[in-house]
Amino acid sequence: MNYQAVIGLEVHAQMLTDSKIFCGCSTKFGAEPNSSICPVCTAQPGVLPVLNKKVVEFGIKTALATHGEVCDGSWFARKNYFYPDLPKGYQISQYEHPLARGGHVEIETDGGKKKIGLTRIHMEEDAGKLLHDEHAPQSYVDLNRTGVPLLEIVSEPDINSPQEAGAYLKKLRSILRYLEVCDGNMEEGSFRCDANVSVRPAGAHELGTRTELKNMNSFRNVEKALEYEIKRQVQVLEDGGRVNQETRLWNDARDITESMRSKEEAHDYRYFPDPDLVALTVDHRWIEQIRQSLPELPDHKVERFVCDYGIPHYDAQVLCAEKEMADYFEAVVRENAPPKQASNWIMTELMRELKENRRDIADSPINPVDFAGLINLIEAGTISGKIAKTVFSEMAKTGKTAQEIVRSQGLTQISDPTRIEEVIRRVVGGFPKEAADFRAGKERLLGFFVGRVMKETQGKANPQLVNDLLQKVLSEP
Amino acid sequence: MADHKQKITADEVGYVAKLARLALSDNEAKGFTDILNDILAYMDKLSEIDTADIEPMTHAIPNTNVMRDDIVVPSEDPAGIIGNAPDTKGTLLRVPKVIE
Repeated sequence: MNYQAVIGLEVHAQMLTDSKIFCGCSTKFGAEPNSSICPVCTAQPGVLPVLNKKVVEFGIKTALATHGEVCDGSWFARKNYFYPDLPKGYQISQYEHPLARGGHVEIETDGGKKKIGLTRIHMEEDAGKLLHDEHAPQSYVDLNRTGVPLLEIVSEPDINSPQEAGAYLKKLRSILRYLEVCDGNMEEGSFRCDANVSVRPAGAHELGTRTELKNMNSFRNVEKALEYEIKRQVQVLEDGGRVNQETRLWNDARDITESMRSKEEAHDYRYFPDPDLVALTVDHRWIEQIRQSLPELPDHKVERFVCDYGIPHYDAQVLCAEKEMADYFEAVVRENAPPKQASNWIMTELMRELKENRRDIADSPINPVDFAGLINLIEAGTISGKIAKTVFSEMAKTGKTAQEIVRSQGLTQISDPTRIEEVIRRVVGGFPKEAADFRAGKERLLGFFVGRVMKETQGKANPQLVNDLLQKVLSEP
Repeated sequence: MADHKQKITADEVGYVAKLARLALSDNEAKGFTDILNDILAYMDKLSEIDTADIEPMTHAIPNTNVMRDDIVVPSEDPAGIIGNAPDTKGTLLRVPKVIE
């Protein structure tokens, strides 16, 4: 039987505020354990949490950027449970009245564009961090992260494959980064994802029993975990069994999901409105003010790049995934580099170089002006594309401009037909048998001669001219 | 007042106590069941009022939008806070192993 997977994702995005959501403690990552704590975030008696306005602003920004509706009134609620990383015995979150509802994120699938609906966006505080002792039966608690602001972004179950889930997460992360509300670092946990997944016979309307997947700390792991879990559920059904509604953890070392054996009653959270915090009513002027301040978002930028620069849709998407990369491209084009050439070179050489050295475009070893300089040398015919790759590596290594490197290493392309023809005649004269074979119809040998000529000129001969002139010389009787 | 029309059973009281990590003896559980039944019966009295046209409220104070600017305030005396914990290791709090 054919099955359809139904997936909904819950994303927790850490907000890039300076201070925590309900107190003035720093949110800085990597501080000494338990140094950014105060009576409020550690739940000392008699303290009063006060909402950080920036968190609301970031939440509204995110809602507007994903076409959601900011609710007129929203409240905070206490989510009650006991865990050592939660000093209050409850997490301040939002339940019945979230900050925003609705909206969507558009993704590209094999079948074209698809809108993934959003259920809600709400604000909440993060819990502390637990460190487990490898050798003794004890754990350690660091409360620096307690109270760091999070946005929880809940999708509708509109996702039908691991690939779609990956595309949705990448797009959402890209939007949050464009908005500068979250750094989107999955490994460090500032962008976390849980998944609800079920399967049903293709064409069925009723949903199957779902499981909740946790502990996936990279895009790749999310896709792998979903892949595994969908197969597992289909197998259970095919064997005549029933899927248990449960939470499962992704085991990265073993590439499987495992049932999380925990007390199910722990999930009775007894939400109720937090009496310490008053209601929030977002007025329309504030929303409009934030709307005006929104930056150009990825979808719009992609369209503009296709339209203004005439580059393929695919290129535009790759370039616009990161705002900094898109800015880099535009800076290169501003230096009069042809857009298609610029996007080709960024997407191949530059992206490879950055990836190999694990660098962000922000610390690119080559600035956009020098990068444009390289492309313009190719365009002007001063160097060949092949030589340009060598020049590129040299630029990345030394920080010199393409001009300097070409001049000091004598890499200027030979475009003088007389000089090239001279080399060609010498080469052809040195291989009379091959020349005769070529003339007898063995046209594949052209490549052999091109290689020889290039070798003679240290790769500097203009390839087009070499081709043309070789044809000419070899066709002489 | 705990009569045949029980609002809450001893089992439910036991469940709520467990969620709240309260260890109740059978006697205590019975006592609280009676007390909670009285309280819930009193709630019924409040329900007699027609509130159909009244917006639900979550707060006694009609204030809204109490917010602070995103400004870091240096953490005062974290050592004093950590000192409240029954067990520590360096600046970390130490607890029995928890792992899910």
